[in-house]
Amino acid sequence: MNNTANCYIENESKSRWKFLLSELKPKGKIFTWFNIITVPVILVGLVLIVIRFWKGIGAVTNLTQEVPWGLWIGFDVVTGVAFAGGAYVITFMVYILNMQKYHSIVRVTVLNGFLAYVFYAGALLLDLGRPWNVINPIIGNGFGTSSVLFLVAWHFLLYMIAQLIEFSPAIAEWLGAKRARQILSGMTLAAVIFGITLSTLHQSGLGALYLMAKDKIHPLWYSEFIPIMFFVSSIFAGLSMVIFEGSITHKVFSDQISDKHHHGHKSILHGLAKVCTGAMFAYFFLQILVFVHGKRWEYLNTPMGYWYLTEMLGFVLFPMLLFYYSYRRNNVTLIRVAAIITMLGIIINRLNVTVIGFRWDAIQHYYPSWMEIVVTMAVIFTEIWIFRWVINRLPVLRESPSWVNETK
Amino acid sequence: MSINRRNFFKALGATGAALTLGRDAGAAKSTENPVEFYGILYDSTRCVGCQTCEISCAQANNLPEPTDYPELGVVRKTDENRRTVVNVYNTTKGEVYIKRQCMHCNEPACAAACLTQAMHKTKEGPVVWNGDKCMGCRYCMVSCPFDAPKFEYNSPNPEITKCTMCFARQQEGKIPACVENCPAEALKFGTRRELIAEARKRIVENPGMYVDHIYGEHEAGGTAFLYLSPVPFEEIGFKTDIQKTSYPALSKGFLYSVPAVFVLWPMVLLGIQDATKNNNQKNNTDE
Repeated sequence: MNNTANCYIENESKSRWKFLLSELKPKGKIFTWFNIITVPVILVGLVLIVIRFWKGIGAVTNLTQEVPWGLWIGFDVVTGVAFAGGAYVITFMVYILNMQKYHSIVRVTVLNGFLAYVFYAGALLLDLGRPWNVINPIIGNGFGTSSVLFLVAWHFLLYMIAQLIEFSPAIAEWLGAKRARQILSGMTLAAVIFGITLSTLHQSGLGALYLMAKDKIHPLWYSEFIPIMFFVSSIFAGLSMVIFEGSITHKVFSDQISDKHHHGHKSILHGLAKVCTGAMFAYFFLQILVFVHGKRWEYLNTPMGYWYLTEMLGFVLFPMLLFYYSYRRNNVTLIRVAAIITMLGIIINRLNVTVIGFRWDAIQHYYPSWMEIVVTMAVIFTEIWIFRWVINRLPVLRESPSWVNETK
Repeated sequence: MSINRRNFFKALGATGAALTLGRDAGAAKSTENPVEFYGILYDSTRCVGCQTCEISCAQANNLPEPTDYPELGVVRKTDENRRTVVNVYNTTKGEVYIKRQCMHCNEPACAAACLTQAMHKTKEGPVVWNGDKCMGCRYCMVSCPFDAPKFEYNSPNPEITKCTMCFARQQEGKIPACVENCPAEALKFGTRRELIAEARKRIVENPGMYVDHIYGEHEAGGTAFLYLSPVPFEEIGFKTDIQKTSYPALSKGFLYSVPAVFVLWPMVLLGIQDATKNNNQKNNTDE
């Protein structure tokens, strides 16, 4: 055992480069329908990004002086981060509540969350007018501590590090670094606790960003409780994403998953449906409280009021009941349907606060340009490419190498 | 046990680090500042809509001079190329001109929103922007209740622009260009306290001429730009539902809760973790 380990270390540095180079090569078929659709979108997106940096943000977006934040913030960042909330909820359930049943989905969820943050924070750079100054709040060229965005920026950075630590044992296993794996997995609990704390604050912080835009957001969506709403909804937003993403990866990467985990997956979805029901009930109840407490009846019989009712009844109450029903009936298909409706509801809610309800009374409304949409899709597709690359190489869905259990 | 303690201290260290970061969060501006803010009083009963303020503003800031003029039914807006505009409104007392620009709030939402302190309130009163710090996130624009900051959308090196109350000229001992050149004496520069006293005096001496309201005295917690008008302010395009307390106060509650969450949450999580440790074998699905 010791001898083999020593031999391994001697050859390590040479072979590791070869190994990394070989891993960079694509695996699997090149002309899949997914590749054929995504590659042109990513290429067009890259061209648009070049135009954006060459001619300015106005050349590709429909943003105005009244609506300075559009699709790139409202969807990419605010909605994307809510969907990435699954990582902190699942790590909470597994490492804090010790629900071992969900252990098999921790890595893929954390990977998903990590990539979401990297790409959505990356998309944020496209939206910054002066991105070369992005490190200023980190290096102290102005600590704007009175700004919610200052908190969010720091938390994005710290949470990415925490997620990287949570995921790092998988990287160590991939590279065969036994000692590093031991050290890194020892840091998991601290990273998890730190990560959950950060998530609590910046999930709500994304809502708190809009607290000062009091006169600009439609009163049905503005209240001093936006931060709490954003936090509570991030729980079921994240879990719905876990259900959705899990259902797809289990089909697409089924060769990677052991039989044991295949069978466990139904039970996991079942459990998640139950948690979603609870979180959505809390959220719906909070929304009713805010609505009644704010005396907002007068707004109901207006177009925005109907839209509000559609969101609350069709995309919160209905999927909540569907989660409950499918949980009682143990119907996996319905759980997936409920997850998709819930995700649509989250997209609608975040866009209502950030784009649709923002300056709803303006004469000139903001609609995203096709170029903003293409760039957004390019960002998402690139993320999926990286996700697929990692899944195919690292022990994320498949079992860890056998030496992991030996060294325990 | 030893591992647990180690993790405990790691979490504790993380909390401490976060605490130092979160410390001054929310403490926007101390209102007990003994230095008096300067401001500008605009009296719309004196304004004749000659656009001299617009032209002198453009000259002072090297911007193109205006090519359009105040017109009934047209609301001209400030943008990245003009920092002040004069509009005309048809009111119950006939045509009234009104000049618009940044209000230079006492507690500016834009400055509280700025995560790099690029946008900041000077101790003299003007709210100004520092390009070396700004990352162009436009959160100042989202937060400003008056939509004062503007962004150069068609530049690869964009700036946030708005009225600076001619801060650079003030540093040289001069008064703002618009005030200096106003032929009708509709604009008056001075300390905010003097200006409020002057505005009161004008209202008291000519009660029939003005509405009994100094716009900016309390709006958004008080602004350095103060307005007098012959008609209620909603008739001349002002937002009158604007809150009378400062806008940064809206996110203070959230920011103040941050240090508490940072201390308490890790402790609670560790406690739960310890309490559920023995559940390892059970496949418990309850939350």
